[in-house]
Amino acid sequence: MAFLEIDELTVRLPQGRAARPILDGVSLRVGEGESVGLVGESGSGKSVACRSVLGLLPEGAAVSGAVRVGGRDVLGMRRAELRSLRAREVAMVFQDPRASVNPMRRVGDFLTEGLRAAGTAPAVAARRAVELLEAVGIRDPEGAMRRYPHHFSGGMLQRVVIAAALAGEPSLLLADEPTTALDVTTQAEVIAILTRLQAERGTGMLFVTHDLELAAAVCDRVYVMYAGRIVETQTAAGLFARPRHPYTAGLLASTPRLDPDAGPPKPIPGRPVSLAEAPTGCAFAARCAQVRPECLVEPPALVRADDAYAACFRVDEGIVT
Amino acid sequence: MARYFLARFLGLAMVLLATSFLVFSAIHLAPGDPVTFLLKGHPATPEAKAAVRAQYHLDDPFLSQYAQWLGDVCAGDFGRSVQFRQDVGALIASRLPTTLFLIGYAALLIVLAGVLLGIVAALRPGFVDRFVLIGTGVATATPSFVASIGLVSVFSVKLGWFPTFGGGQGFAGRVEHLTLPAVALAFTLSGLLARVTRSSMLDELAREHVEVARARGVAETDVVRRHVLRNALGPIVTVVGTMIAGLLVTTSIVETAFSVPGVGGLLVSSVNVKDFPVVQAVTLLTVAAFVLVNLVVDLLQPLVDPRLSPTGRGAS
Amino acid sequence: MSTLRIDREAADGAIVRRPGFGLLRALRQGPLFAGAAAVLVLLVLIAVFAPLIAPYDPDAVDLTATLAGSSSEHLLGADQSGRDILSRVIHGARTGLLGPLLVVGISTFLGIAIGVAAAWRGGWIDAMLSRSMDLIFAFPGMLVAILFVAVFGSGLTAPVIAMSVAYTPYVGRLVRSIAGQEKARPYIESYRVQGWSGWTICVRHLIPNITPTVLAQSAINFGYALMDLAALSYLGFGVQPPDSDWGSMINEGQAALLQDAMLPSFAPGLCIVVAVVAFGIVGEGIADRVAKRER
Repeated sequence: MAFLEIDELTVRLPQGRAARPILDGVSLRVGEGESVGLVGESGSGKSVACRSVLGLLPEGAAVSGAVRVGGRDVLGMRRAELRSLRAREVAMVFQDPRASVNPMRRVGDFLTEGLRAAGTAPAVAARRAVELLEAVGIRDPEGAMRRYPHHFSGGMLQRVVIAAALAGEPSLLLADEPTTALDVTTQAEVIAILTRLQAERGTGMLFVTHDLELAAAVCDRVYVMYAGRIVETQTAAGLFARPRHPYTAGLLASTPRLDPDAGPPKPIPGRPVSLAEAPTGCAFAARCAQVRPECLVEPPALVRADDAYAACFRVDEGIVT
Repeated sequence: MARYFLARFLGLAMVLLATSFLVFSAIHLAPGDPVTFLLKGHPATPEAKAAVRAQYHLDDPFLSQYAQWLGDVCAGDFGRSVQFRQDVGALIASRLPTTLFLIGYAALLIVLAGVLLGIVAALRPGFVDRFVLIGTGVATATPSFVASIGLVSVFSVKLGWFPTFGGGQGFAGRVEHLTLPAVALAFTLSGLLARVTRSSMLDELAREHVEVARARGVAETDVVRRHVLRNALGPIVTVVGTMIAGLLVTTSIVETAFSVPGVGGLLVSSVNVKDFPVVQAVTLLTVAAFVLVNLVVDLLQPLVDPRLSPTGRGAS
Repeated sequence: MSTLRIDREAADGAIVRRPGFGLLRALRQGPLFAGAAAVLVLLVLIAVFAPLIAPYDPDAVDLTATLAGSSSEHLLGADQSGRDILSRVIHGARTGLLGPLLVVGISTFLGIAIGVAAAWRGGWIDAMLSRSMDLIFAFPGMLVAILFVAVFGSGLTAPVIAMSVAYTPYVGRLVRSIAGQEKARPYIESYRVQGWSGWTICVRHLIPNITPTVLAQSAINFGYALMDLAALSYLGFGVQPPDSDWGSMINEGQAALLQDAMLPSFAPGLCIVVAVVAFGIVGEGIADRVAKRER
């Protein structure tokens, strides 16, 4: 049994705020110590899926399906259980470290807050925080504890956020676009620290990003999302070698490459489906080069093709890009 | 940092100097002869005239008059009250405790009621929020003297719980006499503060770090206290500061309404009987206190928001 | 109250909505704004036609009617001198509105002149005018008004002059910042290239373009000025008896309160609250409309 299991999770906003569900029958697995990528454009629902693991759902949303962490259903948890889950078992690293750390409180306070909330003695929590700051490569950790977030650069602050996420020794780390807000040079450093600590500690990770290449580099397995649905999942290597869904293929083809023999990047035509639109068939049909009449009638289900799964009626035919 | 302090204190000194000049030259701006103006409503005996000429050094050139008067004021000598035939400094000193008590009492009520109502409105959207909004909307449009008559009519005349005038003796007596005046002073301003608190809280509630704190398993009450309210404090402190500074002036209205023997009431009655030395002294002291309160608020800001602190920059 | 200067820092570039009514916005969708505007029109009509509407001479003393309650003869009763309260409240609307009108008119005029001069000329003129406005901000306006009354005597003049001076920086700062933005727009430059004088450009083009925003600020100021002047009048520094004014009526009616006669002070008090609420709603409404159009 996988440590994290999301089963047929559907999340609908209240009437009038969205025409289609933000999440539509999403199923996803992350095993112990496994590193899994969740890739999609903005608005695809990947962040909502990620937050649902902590029981954080949009206000007033109607939810069906299940989210299980270590076999226990998160969506049915009471407040106290949910708090202990968040403090001890699952931790999250957010996109923008500047926004995710309270600017008015000292860094040490931020680092130890989760532990103290879970009942750890302040002195113990502080000692642990210093260790973690050292582990993420912050010089003078004791001094850093007393400083305020505005004294740190974005990259350094994201290291602090990672340290804080690891403070409760979680079994699962959720990383929601952890490097998008950073400079390119610091991105590589932060990814390196994140993957190193994750591997060292045997923490499972759900890595959410819009960057397919980054996901492939960091993760063992990748889920691709489009308009609230999982459209493809397979190993990172398999994804590059043989994408099964036209959307995945399009994403790969749209990435600029440096190889001399690679052609110019080909953007996917059209734009992502907004929450105000509710296409009847496959949500990608409007942008798909291989669209057929049946694609417009009903959405395709995820079907197995060798080691991969893809939600496309033409999955067996192979993709011509 | 030192330069900042120096600049602020220089600014404070400038404002006080300008005020003192304005307050002093007023006796010459007034229509008619300064001696008659200063003695208005009192028998202008030769002795009284001579006393006034001496007190204001009226026989010297204007700037010299001002310099001597300023020197006296700095030494704590504000002259003699025409109305009470008493030293102005002593007169104000005897009334100051009542006024300070009233302002402190009102400030306490403003902060308690304003912040509490603001928090409740921000955390309970819907009916409670609307109710507080409408209530505070009417409160902010009710001047303190209108609130005074309402309070007197209900709590003094109808219910007889509180006296209608006077300042009271001792702590219990003060509380008994000054409760209604303090409520009247606090009425408008607590409505205003509730609105400021509410909008500041709503701004902070929408911030991502609040969501992050929840995502880390921090209990909701701690999230509200440590992240939302703490961060919303900046505008609240600024507004409370300006309100307390404003109370220094509006207290004269309420002190008049409730015949409280305080400095504000003294100012009003002195204006009415043209007791100008008292008017000068109270004006000067009020402006000084007003500017000082504003300065203290500005200096408090870095404590409330560490990002404003001028020291300790630089990435690690 | 003019002594409250909240959002002082925000004054540059935005209308200073001392947060009295800003949040009523949620409630002010259409009907509330219309209702408030209707109340204001009614108040103005009452003030203008006071002598025609008032059932009695506001100063006519009738000692047989002392502290009479509400009756068909005196709808709002009579005060301690037996004067008809309804008539006094109706006549009180005249000074009640005239004072703030003068304050807002003078402060708007001065504020536009100072603000445009500072923004247009820049340099030392800007520095001097801005510092002077900062200095005025450092004084509590109400106290300056009391000092003026002490020097020049009571009546409408001294309070109106003092409050006009106190309100000028609110308008001046706003005008300075939006006129500065307006000046940077290309159309101003093109008029200059065509050889128009600075004076003509300001009067014909720049000032008309910033007027809606300034008017919104002035409408908000009106309610506050009304409250401040009523307070001064309550203290006995405004219109002198026997002329009726809401503030002084409350002062006179206060003694009757102890004899359980509420109307002499409550009626004018209610008038003040209603007028201030109405001006707040209308001012915020105009400000919102201007903001929407700018966007």
